[in-house]
Amino acid sequence: MPADSRRDVERTPGRFRRRVHWSDVFGFGSTVVAMLVSLGALFAILGYLVAHGIGAIDWNFLIKEPAAVGEPGGGIAPSLVGTAVLVTISSIIGIPLGVGVGIYLAELAGNSHLARVTRLAINTFVGMPSIIAGIFVYFVLVKPTGTFSAVAGGVALGVIMVPIMARTTEDVLRLVPDTIREAGLALGAPRWRVTLGLVLPAARAGVVTGGVLAVARVAGETAPLILTALGNEYFPSGLFHPIDEITLRILKYARGPYDVWHQQAYGAALLLVVGVALGSSLLRLTTRGYDMRNQ
Amino acid sequence: MSIATAPRRLLQSQPMTDTAVNVSPRPAAPREDAPRAETADAPPVLATRDLSLWYGSQQVLDRVSLAVARHQVTAVIGPSGCGKSSFLRTLNRMNDMVSTLRIEGAVLYEGVDLYDRRVDPVAVRRRIGMLFQKPNPFPKSIYDNLAFALRVNGRRGPLHDDVERALRAAALWDEVKDKLHASALELSGGQQQRLCLARALVNEPETLLMDEPCSALDPIATSKIEELIYHLKQQYTVVMVTHNMQQAARVSDTTAFLWMGRLVEIGRTQDLFTNPREKLTEDYVTGRFG
Repeated sequence: MPADSRRDVERTPGRFRRRVHWSDVFGFGSTVVAMLVSLGALFAILGYLVAHGIGAIDWNFLIKEPAAVGEPGGGIAPSLVGTAVLVTISSIIGIPLGVGVGIYLAELAGNSHLARVTRLAINTFVGMPSIIAGIFVYFVLVKPTGTFSAVAGGVALGVIMVPIMARTTEDVLRLVPDTIREAGLALGAPRWRVTLGLVLPAARAGVVTGGVLAVARVAGETAPLILTALGNEYFPSGLFHPIDEITLRILKYARGPYDVWHQQAYGAALLLVVGVALGSSLLRLTTRGYDMRNQ
Repeated sequence: MSIATAPRRLLQSQPMTDTAVNVSPRPAAPREDAPRAETADAPPVLATRDLSLWYGSQQVLDRVSLAVARHQVTAVIGPSGCGKSSFLRTLNRMNDMVSTLRIEGAVLYEGVDLYDRRVDPVAVRRRIGMLFQKPNPFPKSIYDNLAFALRVNGRRGPLHDDVERALRAAALWDEVKDKLHASALELSGGQQQRLCLARALVNEPETLLMDEPCSALDPIATSKIEELIYHLKQQYTVVMVTHNMQQAARVSDTTAFLWMGRLVEIGRTQDLFTNPREKLTEDYVTGRFG
């Protein structure tokens, strides 16, 4: 008797009636708005770069030296090579030092006085304007050697990477559960073995992400390079000679009076953005770690 | 394995004395080659003497003196917070990580005070393995979990035979032999705990400490582990902390009852559960508190 049994079903939900929770709408709505605004800004930049710069990019742009001032044609090959050289030098300096400091802070120092001083210094340096790294290297390397150089530029960028790397490394190592350290120690492993053989591999994905962010950060630095790498219209003659870098090239072309420079500046900026995005996604794909949250 | 032939390389700098509970914590002249006979009573392999422990100003253990017999399972029971886990962790110096730790008294392993300044805690832990409350496999493959343990112990060359032996000893081989290179994290909780047991066994320690090894496992996995513990004592000395009194009654030979940091009673498991000497023990094992 379905008809009868429905009689005791209320026609309206009464006090359970569905209603709009305005606090939810405003709360989540505002996060969606924030997302749309930020994403919109990012895509606007990217679209602007594509619109103005795509025309500049062709094979010659990648493999040629700059043309004579104001002339059409020519490329930014020395800037691309220089960027690669500077990023390599800075990574060789900045990543091991930064990871070392991070390991020290997370695994050895605890909350000692020295550790607190180190953390304060790192937090200060992370927020320090990068030009200061440039000035520092200018006085310790450029002036004594008497020349702007790739090495000076790489050191300046490396100095910027150290605190970034140190802080991300410390943070991700702290996420590794202590149960892993205990398990290793209980097997009779010395602490360095636990750190290098267990804790660091468990945090590998996080350390790599930190490295990618640090590289991306310095690949886009201009200010410290003005005082150290200087820039160069040609391929560098050696590591102790001035070298070009992509953002130095963008700066020079963007400030110049020629339309062809402006277009090439957009093209170079587009290459930089796409290159950083591609590079970081590739690295993260190839070094996917275990998920630590399973622990 | 007699005491005389026990590998001594791990505690090299430590002179060995006659094994007895009441030896001096500062061993006298080395007697490396002195003959030592095991008495019928099986002298304790591990003993604590007036062991007190503080975390900062909080006292956790109060003058605990307790002996552990070789090739037996000794269970430590007591209510939560009675100090049984802390006690277990002093036996292989896993408490060293706690910076506020303070210890008085002695932990004697075959007559050597493990808290002597000259003792290397790494060497202690190689001889006295540990199984934890929650399975804690490394985020590596099953094989690499065991390979890491072997390599930190200085093993080189092919490891497969040792890996298989340890996995068989932990009754896990048949379940994982076809996926040794799969992540250990893909195993079930009970399998993970047996992997951790295999990892603890792979270097053939002499003594195994277990900190509530089944508390995170379901009843079937628990009974598997208990069965393993029962067989392990032929080769190992086992000290097990548990809050599960039935488990202590099932698998242990000797049971110690800790209460508020003090050792209330220790005796043969059967006696302690059926005929306890202390009123407090009786109240606890009959479920009147705790």
